Amino acid sequence: MTLVLDARHVAAIRRHGEADYPAEACGLIGGAVEGDRKVAVQLVPLVNQRTDSARNRYLIDPESFRRAQEKLDRDGLDVIGVYHSHPDHPPAPSAFDREHAWPWLSYVIVGVGQGRAGELKSWVLAHDRGTFDEEPITSEERKVVWQ
Amino acid sequence: MAVTVLIPTPLRPFVGGRDAVELEAGSVGELLDRLTGQHAELKPHLFATDGRLRSFVNVYVNDRDIRQLAQRETPVRPGDTVSIIPSIAGGTATQVGAQHAAPLLPKLSHEEILRYSRHLILPDVGVEGQQKLKAARVLLVGAGGLGSPAALYLAAAGVGTLGLVDFDVVDKTNLQRQILHGTSTVGVSKLQSATARIHDLNPNVRVETFETRLTSENALDIIREFDIVADGTDNFPTRYLVNDACVLLDKPNVYGSIFRFEGQASVFHAKRGPCYRCLYSEPPPPGLVPSCAEGGVLGVLPGIIGSIQAMETIKLILGAGQPLIGRLVLFDALKLQFRELKLEKDPECPVCGAHPTVTELIDYQAFCGIGAEPSYDGAEITAHELRDEWQRNPALVVVDVREPHEYEIAHIDGAVLMPLGELPDRLGELDGHHEIVTHCHHGARSLKALEILKAAGFSKVRSLRGGIDAWAVNVDPALPRY
Repeated sequence: MTLVLDARHVAAIRRHGEADYPAEACGLIGGAVEGDRKVAVQLVPLVNQRTDSARNRYLIDPESFRRAQEKLDRDGLDVIGVYHSHPDHPPAPSAFDREHAWPWLSYVIVGVGQGRAGELKSWVLAHDRGTFDEEPITSEERKVVWQ
Repeated sequence: MAVTVLIPTPLRPFVGGRDAVELEAGSVGELLDRLTGQHAELKPHLFATDGRLRSFVNVYVNDRDIRQLAQRETPVRPGDTVSIIPSIAGGTATQVGAQHAAPLLPKLSHEEILRYSRHLILPDVGVEGQQKLKAARVLLVGAGGLGSPAALYLAAAGVGTLGLVDFDVVDKTNLQRQILHGTSTVGVSKLQSATARIHDLNPNVRVETFETRLTSENALDIIREFDIVADGTDNFPTRYLVNDACVLLDKPNVYGSIFRFEGQASVFHAKRGPCYRCLYSEPPPPGLVPSCAEGGVLGVLPGIIGSIQAMETIKLILGAGQPLIGRLVLFDALKLQFRELKLEKDPECPVCGAHPTVTELIDYQAFCGIGAEPSYDGAEITAHELRDEWQRNPALVVVDVREPHEYEIAHIDGAVLMPLGELPDRLGELDGHHEIVTHCHHGARSLKALEILKAAGFSKVRSLRGGIDAWAVNVDPALPRY
């Protein structure tokens, strides 16, 4: 599948990554499936629940996930992906990311080096959980709604 | 009426795109078994290979998490709604390419998996953390009081390579606290003794030994090869040397020190916080702070501080928790009290400040004022000389400048006890016409007493070289040594 993420989503994710640096920033991506495309409509920035090692870990607990899902539900949207930042690391998934990943969801990672957001990439877990494969991102003009 | 299972978006492709599935079951376990029985592709995403629910899969019956209920045994009734709710975790740490899983860290053998099983089941360690420990290289400066517990716990934890710097031989007085060594290794080099003990504890650990004093000449070459340094030194020149070398090489320095009943610990990493010089820019004048040999130390104390050093080292390797950077922990054993001081980076710090003046290793003996002491040639007397002279001249006065509790352990018959601190007030008790010999435990304090007496006008004063210890060895073997 392809992830449709417009310029304003990208900018918002990068800003969130910079704002929370050197901790990892995270949030959910709400959207809808249209054919073979996952179209992002709304971002739900969340508080990283990992206070112990927020520099290199992030956690979205089930309660936060539930609340976000219920809110998206009311707008007729689903959780289609997750975004998080990699402070001072490239936007490639770690082994830890892969071990804890859900299938189908788009895992958007932004590298934040020295407080400046850089490249942004999206990854999807293979069905056998063995690898994370890069997923193409396309940009389309759409309305961004912040929670 | 059946139980409704709500399927989150990521799992819908495995149940034909549906957002809910209806099933008959009596418990959550049974329900999930039926679900994965009908949709086999779901199984690896919900369950780990050992059959347990994956840590990031949360199951709610109506509105309650089954972890707060009876887990798999939680009963479900027709009409109930069971939700599978994701928690989402991830983070940096090791990078893996899109097609390969973590090729950089060393693999664990079956023996290691068994040995470290209590680590592997800890979420913050796990297999990846244990592999990081195996890949780590930690240098311990000193295999003594602090180095003992640090080395044992780091070896037990599976740190792959331990470097040890020490040039001493195991002495019986070490055994009261240096649990790395034993009665069977008294007289053996500490490195040899430590290596044998570490390998007995964990043969997987590679021990690299440096049988030398750490100096400005060799420190950079030794420290460069390691990831983290744990400083267990007992003297100021080496402590400043370790600090400066770590700053220059950008290595974290896990610091600990002990005295009598008190200890302190911190992690100095100039890139992320202060260094030792930000805390103590200059050493105290020589002789002001007694060493453990002079001042004594409670044997358990290095066990506590050295264990803190091991713990902080492991946390740094794992990247877990909050390291002791920018904080100084003070421990008081008698009160059993931990206090914490916040440490700030000193912008004027000569090594890690904005405009460093120390950009290479210096002469640390001179920096700490050692070697600049006056020469005591002719002012000292050996134990044999004292015995002979005392026999010829019974009017000779031997002044014991140790503390009363030391006098109780052992004393030279006929000596007068005048603790160093009281000496200036008790000069009137001494007759300057007689020959005077001062003595202490090993010969350091008696030289200070000698200076006090000379300054007060006593001219016929000498100090017993090697103190009562030399007397016990050479003259009176009936005296206990301590």
